This record gives sequence, C-alpha cells and structure tokens, in this order.
Amino acid sequence: MTDTMPLEVLTLEVLTLEVLRYRPEIENEPKFQTYTVPYRDDWVVLDALNHVKDHVDATLSYRWSCHMAVCGSCGMMINGEPKLACHAFLRDYRHGVIRVEPLDHFPIERDLVIVMDRFMEKLASVKPYAIAKAEKPLEEGEYLQTPLQLMAFKQYTQCINCLLCYAACPQCGLNDNFVGPAALALAHRYNLDSRDTGKDERADVVASNEGIWECTFVGACSEVCPKHVDPAAAIQQTKISASLDWFKARLWPGAHP
Amino acid sequence: MSRRPYLRKVERNWWLGHRRTITYMVREATSLFVAIYCAVLVLGILRLAQGRTAWDSFLSGLSSPPGVLFQLVCLAFVVYHSVTWFALTPKAMPLTIRGEPIPGSVIVSVHYAAWAVISLIVLIAAWI
Amino acid sequence: MDVISADIVIIGAGGAGLRAAIAVAESDPSLRLCLLSKVYPMRSHTVAAEGGAAGLIKDNDSLDNHFHDTVSGGDWLCDQDAVDLFVNAAPLELLQMEHWGCPWSREPSGKVAVRPFGGMKIERTWYAADKTGFHMLHTLFQTSLKYPSIQRFDEYYSTDLLVDDGRCIGAVAIEMRSGRMIAFHAKAVVIATGGAGRVFPFTTNGAIKTGDGMAMAYRAGAPLKDMEFVQYHPTGLPGTGILITEGSRGEGGILVNKDGYRYLQDYNLGPPDPWPRKKAMELGPRDRLCQAFWHERKKGRTIKTPQGDVVHLDLRQLGEKKINERLPMVRELAQSYAGIDPVHQPIPVQPVVHYTMGGIHTDIDTATALPGLFAAGECACVSINGANRLGSNSLAEILVFGARAGRSAAAFAKTNPFGSTGGANRGADAAQARIRTLFARDSSGDTVSGLRKAMNDTMESGAGIYRIEATLLESCRILAELRARYENVQLQDRSNVFNTDLIQVLELGAMLQVAEAMAHSALRRNESRGSHQRLDHPARDDGSFLKHSLATYRGAERPAISYSDVVITRSPPAERVYGGSAA
Repeated sequence: MTDTMPLEVLTLEVLTLEVLRYRPEIENEPKFQTYTVPYRDDWVVLDALNHVKDHVDATLSYRWSCHMAVCGSCGMMINGEPKLACHAFLRDYRHGVIRVEPLDHFPIERDLVIVMDRFMEKLASVKPYAIAKAEKPLEEGEYLQTPLQLMAFKQYTQCINCLLCYAACPQCGLNDNFVGPAALALAHRYNLDSRDTGKDERADVVASNEGIWECTFVGACSEVCPKHVDPAAAIQQTKISASLDWFKARLWPGAHP
Repeated sequence: MSRRPYLRKVERNWWLGHRRTITYMVREATSLFVAIYCAVLVLGILRLAQGRTAWDSFLSGLSSPPGVLFQLVCLAFVVYHSVTWFALTPKAMPLTIRGEPIPGSVIVSVHYAAWAVISLIVLIAAWI
Repeated sequence: MDVISADIVIIGAGGAGLRAAIAVAESDPSLRLCLLSKVYPMRSHTVAAEGGAAGLIKDNDSLDNHFHDTVSGGDWLCDQDAVDLFVNAAPLELLQMEHWGCPWSREPSGKVAVRPFGGMKIERTWYAADKTGFHMLHTLFQTSLKYPSIQRFDEYYSTDLLVDDGRCIGAVAIEMRSGRMIAFHAKAVVIATGGAGRVFPFTTNGAIKTGDGMAMAYRAGAPLKDMEFVQYHPTGLPGTGILITEGSRGEGGILVNKDGYRYLQDYNLGPPDPWPRKKAMELGPRDRLCQAFWHERKKGRTIKTPQGDVVHLDLRQLGEKKINERLPMVRELAQSYAGIDPVHQPIPVQPVVHYTMGGIHTDIDTATALPGLFAAGECACVSINGANRLGSNSLAEILVFGARAGRSAAAFAKTNPFGSTGGANRGADAAQARIRTLFARDSSGDTVSGLRKAMNDTMESGAGIYRIEATLLESCRILAELRARYENVQLQDRSNVFNTDLIQVLELGAMLQVAEAMAHSALRRNESRGSHQRLDHPARDDGSFLKHSLATYRGAERPAISYSDVVITRSPPAERVYGGSAA
C-alpha cells in the first residue's frame, strides 16, 4: 500500500506492463499502452498499477480496495488469465511483458473497468437470501445447525463476486443470458443450507435453460476461482438435484420435496 | 451521455486461445465418436437379426484394416471420454458417510473398478 | 442537474448502511429509499473484518460484564447510556443475522459458538470462521435484495450534503460511470460511509476508507467527535498492512520479540500463562499491545525487516487442524502476502492503523447536530468505543446503530416535509461549481499522490501511536499548508466516464479535512487516554479531560476544538487493569 519508491532500492530492475486502455470520449476502440514499472519482490500487479497511476499516468482507471483478495474489486485479465490484480505477484511474471486487460465477456466501461450491471441482475434473480417455510421468531433463538450441516454448504458461501469465473467461462462469452457460475453457486449455497427451504422458488431461474442447463461443465470457472468455491461442482450437483425434482414432480405430483 | 461501453467480440476460434478450452473441445468432440460407435453397435444388432450373411459381412467390415483403424480411434476417444468423465464425477456427486465427505479419489476408483469388472464380464462372454 | 426525490437517502452501503436500509424497508415499505455507495456494496470495507461480533450469549456471562468490559476498554470515554443500549441490543441483532442466513460457526450441539477476544472478560464474540465481516456483509447485501423499496445507486460518489435553514435536506452525488451529477432531495439522510484509515500510510483499511461522509457532515456543520482516537491494530502484515485477526490470539496465538520472549508481560499485561488468557497478555486491549510494541522497538528488541520493525505472532502451537478450521484465511493471507506458513513459522506483524473511534457526533438515536442528518457505524461517534475500541464490538455496533439510524430516519421522514427546493438548488449549484473549477483549472499545482503522501507522512510522524506537542504542532502546520496547496491540486484526468482521478482528488480533500480535525483534537488533549498517548502528558487526567473533543469546521481556518460531557451512569472512572491483577 505504499506508493513511492524508497531511496534504498538500488536494483533498478523494471518490468513492462501492456495495459488495455479505453477512453470512450476520445477513441472508438480499446488499444494497448505500455508502462515501465519497478520490480519489487513483494509487489502484486495492483501495486504496479498504483505506481503507474501515482507517478506515470493518473488517467488510468481501475477498481480496487482491500488489497487482500476479499472485496472482489480488482478482477482483470493478466496474460490472458482472469486473476485478482492484488493476488497476482510480480515475482511470477518476472520474465516477459505483463499484459493487463479488463475481464473478458463484459462490456468495457473505461480502461480496466467493466460494466457489471447484468451480473448484479443475475445475482438478484436467483433469490440469494434465506427463505424459510415458517419464519422462526427471534425469541426462540437460533436455528440449530451442527458443524457438519454448516460444512455442507460452507464452501459455497465463500464467493467474493469477483467475476473471474464469468470471464473464464466460454458459455458466458457465447450467451449473455447465461445466469453464470457465481450466481448459480450462490443459489446452491442457499439450497444446501439446512435453514433454507426455498429451492422451489429458485428453480424457475436456476433450473432453466439459461440457468444450469446452459453449462457444459467446461470447469474453467472452478479453475480460476481465487476462493476455491468450485462453482462447477455446484452447478453439476444442481443439475442432478433439479433432474430428480423434475421426475419426482411427475411421479408424485402434489408431494413436497 | 459520453458513455460508450465496448464489448469485445468472441471470435469463432475462441477455444484455441487457451489450453483448457482446447482440451475441453477435444473432450466434447469425443462424444461424437462415442455416439458413432454406439450407432455401429446398433447396426451390429440389426445385422445379427438379419441373419448369418449379414452378420458375417458386418464382422468382416469391422475386421478390415480401415475397420480396425476406425475401432482403435473410437477406443482411444471413448477411453479419453471415460477418463475425463470419471475425474469429474466427485464434483457432481459429493458423497458423505455419516457426514464425513468421501475423498474424490475413492469415488473415481470405484468407477474404474466397476469399468474393469464390467469389461471383464463382457470380454469373458465374448470369448465364450 | 437532475433531481431525484426520496423520503430517505442513505450514503454508504457497508454493514451499517445496508442494515439501516433494511430497517427502513421493514418499518415501512412505502417509504422511498435511495441507497448510495461509491462502490458496489460487496466491496465495502466491512468485508475485510475478520474476528467476530460481540453479543451476550453464555449463561455465565452478563450484559453488565459486556458493559464494563466496553467502558473500561474505552478508558471511560464511552457514553454509558449508549453502551447500555448497545450491549442490550447486540445479541438480538446477531440473532437476526443468523435468521437471515449468516453462517455463524457452531458448537457440536448446533448452537452458535463464541471465541475469546481482546479485553473481553468472558467469551461473547460470535464468529464465522475468520471471515466474519465478509459473511456479515454478504448476508446483509443478499438479504437487502428481498426488499423492493431499497433503490440502490451503485458507484455514485456523494460530494456534498444539501443544507438549508440549518437542516439537512439531501445530498449531491456524481454518477461515476458518466460523470453526471445528481441532486437527491430527501427528508432524512443517513451517513454510513465508514472510517478514515487512509489518512495514514500504513493501514489495514482498503482504498475506499477516506472519510468522505465524515468530511461531508463536518463541512455541513455537524461536529466531529473524539477524532484524536485512532486505533492501531497490533497485528498487521508488514508492507501491505493486511489485517491478521485478533481471533488468531483468541485461538491461542502468542506475540514474541526477537529473543522469542513474550514481551507483553513487561507491560502489566502478564503473567504469561501458557495460553493467552482473557484480559491478559495477548488478549489485552489493542491500545496497550501497540504501545508495548512501540516500547519494544525503542529498546531494540523488535525484528528488523525491509518493511520495518516487526514482532512475531506464533501460531505453531495451535496445530494444523485447528488453524485450518478456525483461521483458514489467516493461513492463506500469511502464505500469499508474507510468504510464510503459520503452521510451521511465526508470522511477522506490526501495528497498523485500523479503526477510527472518532467520527460524526451523534446522540443515542444516531441523530447528528444537524436536524435530518443521522450517522451510524465507523463514521459516527455515539460514543460506545470511547478512547479505545474492543475488538468485535464494531461489527455488532454497525448492526445496532445501523438499524437504529434506519428507524430514526424513517420516523423523521414521516413527520417532516421536504426542504425548500430553492435551498436545495443553491446547494446543488455550489457543489457543481466546485467540480467545474477542478476541470477548468490549469495544470500547475500538486498531484493527488504527492499531496496524499505528504499528508500520510505527517500523520504517521506527528499523530502516531505516541504523540508529543512539538510533532503535533508540526503536523497541524503541515496540514494547513497542504489544505492550502489542495486548492490548486491538479486534476490530471479531464474525462467524464469513470474518472477515478477526480474521485481521488475529492477523497483527498475529505482526508485533509479529517486529518486536520484529528491533529488539532490530539494537540489539545493534554493527557494520555486509550489510544491517544502523549509522551509529554503520560497520565490520564479525568479532572480536565474526562470529556469528548468536538472539532467544528471553519472553512480554510483551522477547526475550532470544544468539549462536551461524557455520560457516566454506573461505572465511575477507575484504573484500567488487565493481566494478572484483573478480576
């Protein structure tokens, strides 16, 4: 988080960043701009970008905040791979040029800033909140949930909404209406939560053609997820459970799962 | 308004850009060969029903050099298809015993074991 | 300028802002509510909080205990009526979170689990592994999606409050994606914009913690209270400042100096029981731990690294299983950002700025001095944290006072009319003129980063863990100079679409105002209390300073500092005791 070069840095090793710029008011198309940044062992790409903004080119726009891989702001393509800029260490890119671009499959607003409106809609569409058949009054205390019950859905709670999975998923690139990995993983998180009974209410969106059935299990989402949420697993599990529900509804109509 | 969001086009050859998407497309392509071989097996049943001559000509077609080559190619793709499928099964079906998750390697091994057993049964039946 | 009318505008969509929004929506869905935030809600800094949220839960605990721990932890600068309200309301709020789906960690029985935390006599810190803030924020955000009456304005940077006839009647904001400015006319405004840690160079705080809301309220005439009290967290990673939760000490982590010695025992925090004991050693309050570090550094007993002096946080005795279960994020952070695995090596840590106890002065109902303006969360000062906040009180505070602010704002909106359109337009025009001036100016002044660094440097050297009159005077002088130079700051990016240079310029303006309030408040408080330590006034002076500082904005002039009484009800000021002698 320091934004200056300390005087004691004697090694003048530098790295080259090739950053995709886009300023809609002055150009029609994005194009690359090259910057030289100091190499520091403990720096991440975000530190390099901050150096550029503070000392070289204040017009470079990008999102960032926590610098500890928990807020999800700084997702970018780094050498063609979706990564968090605060979690991409310069020491891993020491040899060669570092190409920095905004996340794939999203419209570019400006420089490294993408338009994420559609994602926010998709997230809301899966009803990602606790739905309980009968609301338990607060006076009765907490819903009991054993550590094992918590473990059943815990991994799917870890999503930081960084959108790396949407950038990696080819289906997201081919079909803008695909609900997408993060939203579907979040739906799964609630479906698996022992306190929730809202699976049916989510099914309209989740178990639709543009929900889980658009997924062809490429698995790229889980590969790039910095929090090991494994959205691919969430979607495949939902496919099985949705299929079983479909059969149950036809064989035992009127029965509640 | 000065906003002009720019959407980069997804090229037709998008899948060539990354190793994991190339292997994905190969995996998907193998389904084609699985389907073709299934069709061949169905054809075989049909020929069997049509009598000795039909069956013999079906078999000689399969034993010809191009026929053998075709079957080897199909075998390779079906094996690749199965191996990738097995590897993914623990993701789709996480199983637990008394709440403790069963390791993925166990689930995958069970699939291989079942494959081996069934293959053995089929080979023995064919031999007999 | 486009105008949007609403009954209530909430600025800030972190834990407090979201909780306030839900409270408004639940109290009356017909109230028109606009929730503004300069970032998407999931990015709010609540997300980075780790350790837990405090609320009475155990049978052997009592509200009284929580009350006394908090008041003594705050070195008796807390308003005790507010603390009473807080400890009473906290458990129900945490339970409400559970009902909303928050994945609290559990005991084998299925009941919510609690962990020991700094300065707390008995465990009452509810936790969700070591990512409590993350889980709370996401639970609140996802729950907020249930309420159609919450209309969100994501990535809208609020620049000014609209004030007319002594009343707050709305706010002006920049739609960041287009550069368009919008005037929000509202009957009530809630500020929940968080703290201002970025005023300092080494901080756990993310880029967005720039005190924007504090500065807006300050400029509009609402005084900032107790600004000299800035909390350093004892265990941040060197260089990045990344937070290593107090929970790691709650689970049994120890702090050792370069000789492998648990040095805290030398500072009235011992004895060194094998396990950090509640109120003792590593589970002492944060201000004491940071002060101990400062002394160890002076004695030359800290470990030197390229990123400054550190001590070691040793978790090895916890074992891999416990670390993976209770502190998985700590392990990941140490591996990624410090290159060490805490299962096998101790983590290098140093004190870093973490929390702003001070903020917009509010009463117990979150009302500020400006009618129609409410504030909650870290940006506000009720005060329940006094001179030093206990860990895990803040996550509970944002819920209790966030909900309260929502209800207070709703009640106000129902019984008050809109402000005058003329007054609102005047305010909006002034706000727009300010921005236009930036765009029209030539490029000869300082850069944002240059001024920001100068501000950071002077705050670190003049208003750090230990302060002295000479350095505080110097900081005040430098800050005044920086504020003057800011009037000519360069706007290097002249575009409209997502201009982050503009946002940084505006954030810097807010930070300079807040920093000045901090420095002057510190200069005038000639005593040591909690996290404000004066080398030239090392004792606590209840006779003269058992009072809140109030900083009032006076434009280009330095702030006026005045004092107000602390509400003392049933805990008369006593000596703060931790360690072996603590009851």
